[in-house]
Amino acid sequence: MDARDTVLDLLRENARRSTADLARMTGLDEQTVEETISTLEAEGVVAGYTAVVDPAALDEEPIRAHVECNVALDRETSYDDIAERLAGFPEVASLRLMSGDYDFALEVTADSMGEVSRFVSEKVAPLPEITQTVTHYVMETYKRASHRFDTDEGDERLAYSP
Amino acid sequence: MSDQPLQPSDRVRSVPESGIRRFFELAAEMDDVVSLGVGEPDFATPYRAREAAIDSLQRGRTSYTANKGMTELRERIAEHVSRYDLAYDPDEEIIVTAGASEAIDAAFRALVDPGDTVAIAEPSYVSYEPGVRFAGGEPLAVETRAEDEFVLTRERLERAGASEAELLVYCYPNNPTGATMSKAELRAVAAFCREHDIAVLADEIYAALTYGTEHASIATLPGMRERTVVFNGFSKTYAMTGLRLGYALAPAHVIESINRIHQYTMLSAPTTAQHAAIEALDSCASDVEEMHTQYDRRRNFVLARLAEMGIDCFEATGAFYVFPESPWPDASEFAEALLEAEQVAVVPGDAFGTGGEGHLRLSYATGMDDLRTAMDRLERFLA
Repeated sequence: MDARDTVLDLLRENARRSTADLARMTGLDEQTVEETISTLEAEGVVAGYTAVVDPAALDEEPIRAHVECNVALDRETSYDDIAERLAGFPEVASLRLMSGDYDFALEVTADSMGEVSRFVSEKVAPLPEITQTVTHYVMETYKRASHRFDTDEGDERLAYSP
Repeated sequence: MSDQPLQPSDRVRSVPESGIRRFFELAAEMDDVVSLGVGEPDFATPYRAREAAIDSLQRGRTSYTANKGMTELRERIAEHVSRYDLAYDPDEEIIVTAGASEAIDAAFRALVDPGDTVAIAEPSYVSYEPGVRFAGGEPLAVETRAEDEFVLTRERLERAGASEAELLVYCYPNNPTGATMSKAELRAVAAFCREHDIAVLADEIYAALTYGTEHASIATLPGMRERTVVFNGFSKTYAMTGLRLGYALAPAHVIESINRIHQYTMLSAPTTAQHAAIEALDSCASDVEEMHTQYDRRRNFVLARLAEMGIDCFEATGAFYVFPESPWPDASEFAEALLEAEQVAVVPGDAFGTGGEGHLRLSYATGMDDLRTAMDRLERFLA
């Protein structure tokens, strides 16, 4: 792994480490680490930083839904055009074009089921290219962004062993 | 008549209790201990290997296996060790045991006659000396030194009088120092052993954990295969310590002797663990690579922090230990004071025999967050 891949790998693991620690872990000097991060950000390889939140641990658990969308394309409209319109809504947390039974997969978040329903029926379904939507509400999140939720992973090893 | 009819044997009495026992009891009384004292991986066994173990249980594969281990496993081990240029016949030259520890113990008992001298490169893993004594042999410590980066040299062997030994046992990559030995360095040891007709027990349990250097086995050197037993296992490489699975590689007649003991004492290594090990060898290479990457980063981190604190430490290139000089001359005193003041557990080097005094073993088989906490506390303790 070169410096760029190594730094990227470490950021993906935990983006909150100090550049000093990243330098210690990789054997690179701090300035190189900082420059590498700046380059990754400038090039858009690193598009942002976010916390992995366990929704069930919040006082008010937000509602999440996985929404499948089918679309009909015409000569003037491409997948990218439709994606552009859908991605603009703040309720859409993620948007992917899929192979298989449906075209777009949306992750929609809102404060209540009603809000999700209204968003899908009033904002998504009416778009002329959308032919069908299927909404699945998330019941429980066990793992997200490689993090397991609600597991007790205490260290059971003996404090001293040969 | 004695008032205690169950008296421990002289053999048992000749072996003192482990030096880390006292620390263990101290730490047990404390909350919030961050431990750098652990000699096993902090990772769980790769998921696929665990699944394979569960699957084997569900299918009811819970009977004994062949004494020397399942054929499919021995074949895969033969294939696996070829990466170190080791070639062993799975039918006759490989035995699977309950951890490398069992293989080493059985090898002592299979090869040592009462009064035989067994040279032990120290500091070393704590089981060799008791194992030699239990087998009736006489342990002879061969000290390795910080100035040689804890590598075994001809000079050290000569100085310790190892030319009189029947056997030499060592562990590289080394626990507790993290030292590795290059092929060139092993050549000098091999020449010494050939000259003085010494057999070698090479504990290579950490072979997969070298950083910036390739593992070399003494058994690949001219004239050494016939006088060497190589030990390895799944505990460190595949984070399978609790599953207890290791193996020995040696010429057929030696494996036969080890098996004579193994078949009467163990019968066969744990069956569930053998199923996990087959899967580990088949499909867990990327897990091993990931653990290796993490260890290397932690190693860099710990070495950098120690250097910043002004603690002298040679650049260990193997296993998951660093072996810095103790900031105080008495390492035991330091380890105890550090534990009491900052709840950081480290092992004083003298627990691992001669050459270890004045040093501390720090294990980096611990997550980055705990490692950073431990280093911060160590720094505060020294301030």
